[in-house]
Amino acid sequence: MTSTSGARAAPDATAGGPVGVVARGLAVRHGSRRSWALTGVDLVVEPGERLLVTGASGSGKSTLLAAVAGLLHDEGTEVTGELTVGGRPPAASRGRLGMLAQDPDSQLVMTRAGDDVAFGLENAGLPPEQIWPRVDEAMAAVGFVHGRDRPTHALSGGEKQRLVLAGALARRPGLLLLDEPTSQLDPGGAALVRDAVARVVADRAATVLVVDHDAAPWLPLVDRVVELVDGGLVEHGTGWRPAPRAAGLRLPAATAGPVLLAADAAGYTYRGTAVPALRPTDAALRAGRVLAVTRPNGTGKSTLALLLAGLRAPTTGRVDAAAGLASGVRRGGTAPHRWRAADLVTRIGTVFQNPEQQFLTGRLRDELALGPLRSGEHAAAARATADGLLERLGLTEFADANPFTLSGGQKRRLSVATALATSPEVLVLDEPTFGQDARTWREVVTLLAEQRAAGRAIAIVTHDADLVDVLADERIRL
Amino acid sequence: MTSLAVGPAPDVALARINPVTQLAAILVVTVVLLSSLDLVTPSIVVAAELCLLPAAGLTSPRAVWSRTWPLLTSAASVGVVNVLLSDDAPPLAGAALALRVVGLALPGVLLVASTDPVLLADALTVHWRVPPRFAYGALAALRLVPLLVVEFESVRLARRTRGVEGGSNPVAQARLFAGTGFALLVGAVRRGSRLATAMDARGFDSGVPRTNARGSSLHARDAVFLAGTVLVCGVAVTASISTGAWQPLFGG
Repeated sequence: MTSTSGARAAPDATAGGPVGVVARGLAVRHGSRRSWALTGVDLVVEPGERLLVTGASGSGKSTLLAAVAGLLHDEGTEVTGELTVGGRPPAASRGRLGMLAQDPDSQLVMTRAGDDVAFGLENAGLPPEQIWPRVDEAMAAVGFVHGRDRPTHALSGGEKQRLVLAGALARRPGLLLLDEPTSQLDPGGAALVRDAVARVVADRAATVLVVDHDAAPWLPLVDRVVELVDGGLVEHGTGWRPAPRAAGLRLPAATAGPVLLAADAAGYTYRGTAVPALRPTDAALRAGRVLAVTRPNGTGKSTLALLLAGLRAPTTGRVDAAAGLASGVRRGGTAPHRWRAADLVTRIGTVFQNPEQQFLTGRLRDELALGPLRSGEHAAAARATADGLLERLGLTEFADANPFTLSGGQKRRLSVATALATSPEVLVLDEPTFGQDARTWREVVTLLAEQRAAGRAIAIVTHDADLVDVLADERIRL
Repeated sequence: MTSLAVGPAPDVALARINPVTQLAAILVVTVVLLSSLDLVTPSIVVAAELCLLPAAGLTSPRAVWSRTWPLLTSAASVGVVNVLLSDDAPPLAGAALALRVVGLALPGVLLVASTDPVLLADALTVHWRVPPRFAYGALAALRLVPLLVVEFESVRLARRTRGVEGGSNPVAQARLFAGTGFALLVGAVRRGSRLATAMDARGFDSGVPRTNARGSSLHARDAVFLAGTVLVCGVAVTASISTGAWQPLFGG
């Protein structure tokens, strides 16, 4: 570190080399829980080393990361054993930490790219004349090519994550923590971020800890891999590869039936915009068939899901339900977007990318009974439906729990189950496997294959190539 | 959605006036408008404010309307309600009140249209010693507002997928709106705490005195702008008193 004459010495955030992490017998239990989130974790990460921590959802990855980041102290959490970062307690080393988290939209502060990278340097009290050279250096290091004046709101998710990484890097951290940084990005965005990480970790100026349930893409970038299993740590040898998640999967067969729902040159343009979000598109959903809608990047495929699900009216073309599916609706004829919600839920079930947006009650059992009740089923029948689904999904022990307290995988299963509760003949799913670990992935795939075998028509919009491979009978590429 | 986004301000003339100068001018205008109940004072002040619309980049009627319609509707309703509910208020008094509301709020519209919120936070911390914790914390929170609008639409659609909708019953509509609002609040709190963690990880509010990479400086034009504001207000008050319209709120 150089320091201009007269300026204060740079604070600890901007000085010193990579720092190591040492955990001995580390165990963590969260305030309200009976079981330990982590037990007996022994881990030594040498300064400059690059480590991947993987494991299924709920295995304690996030807890370990929060412990290393020094974020566990103010939550009524019990921590035993020893944990040091750079030889000091994690909370004392926070100034040497750089972090990249999952959500691109909740990590940027400033309105322009350069200002955002400068934010962490201003906080460190660096004199302004030293800030801009370091901003430029950090932006170049992550391959951010749009310049300092680029408005941050106009960036894609992948570019935002790159910028957050630049902001962390500008502070010259001794330890970089990457918390599933690609889990909310499409494949193009994920590639951008991994490319940026690859550039950044090459010189070993910082120790790197990547936490991700999806291990494979990180393997070329790390020195070693550990996996959290039942709260403990397993070290994987060199050359370890995660088992393909579709391995040995046996799915029930199905026969194709009639078309239940069809899009005829259906397109959508948002009011006040010139470019259509979805160009006129044809699609046919048949009973006992899975239609996969893919697109490398962008949002057009989610728009198609909204049209098929009867949630938006197409601005061009039309979406029509077959006579059988539309029979008995009280309003709207064959156009699903004009149906009443109570009629819609018994005919077309929809699962959003973010399960939490669809939860409306405080208990799992109520959540599953809600759809049947709204569509006019009696209380006893609705409850029986709910209990049956809870049992099938292995969630019976959580019947009275709040849906928001479930793990990510459990929330995903619950959101699919809520759509199934009203026995719709058509299912529309937006990225049902997004951000899910291998176990949940297999559960969701199996569940959907069972629905197909039961004669339902299924549309899935997804980036997930594995999902398309194992499940799709027909494909549309937008 | 980009029209909602919190972003850098366009390069307009008013953007060259420091945000704290604009705030000081707003203070002057507010004091003057609140000191009398007549029609002449707000007429002159509002006329001057309208002249500044182009300087804030608000040139087309459409741009002006999209920024000011909530203001204009509320000003009109303030005027009408006061005339209707008061026994002796003449329509002219209602017009004076409505004009005063416009005169008070229009400077805020001008400030928002011409100011990058980052530069506002910079100016507040540099010139007025506002704690960075507050200024940049509020800035970060402001950035989340456009996300809320997008989220609101998603939650509304998500509820329809669960068989929940208000239909034509206004009570059911209101309950649905409240429920949607609650779901949004839960999401906003979570997102806010993630943002706080991210800011924390970059050393925000860590006890080290913060520097400012952009700086914020006051120029001669800022003094001219403030003097101009005082002058316009002086002319307005003088005109009001000399025409006998002046109706002081206190004393008199």
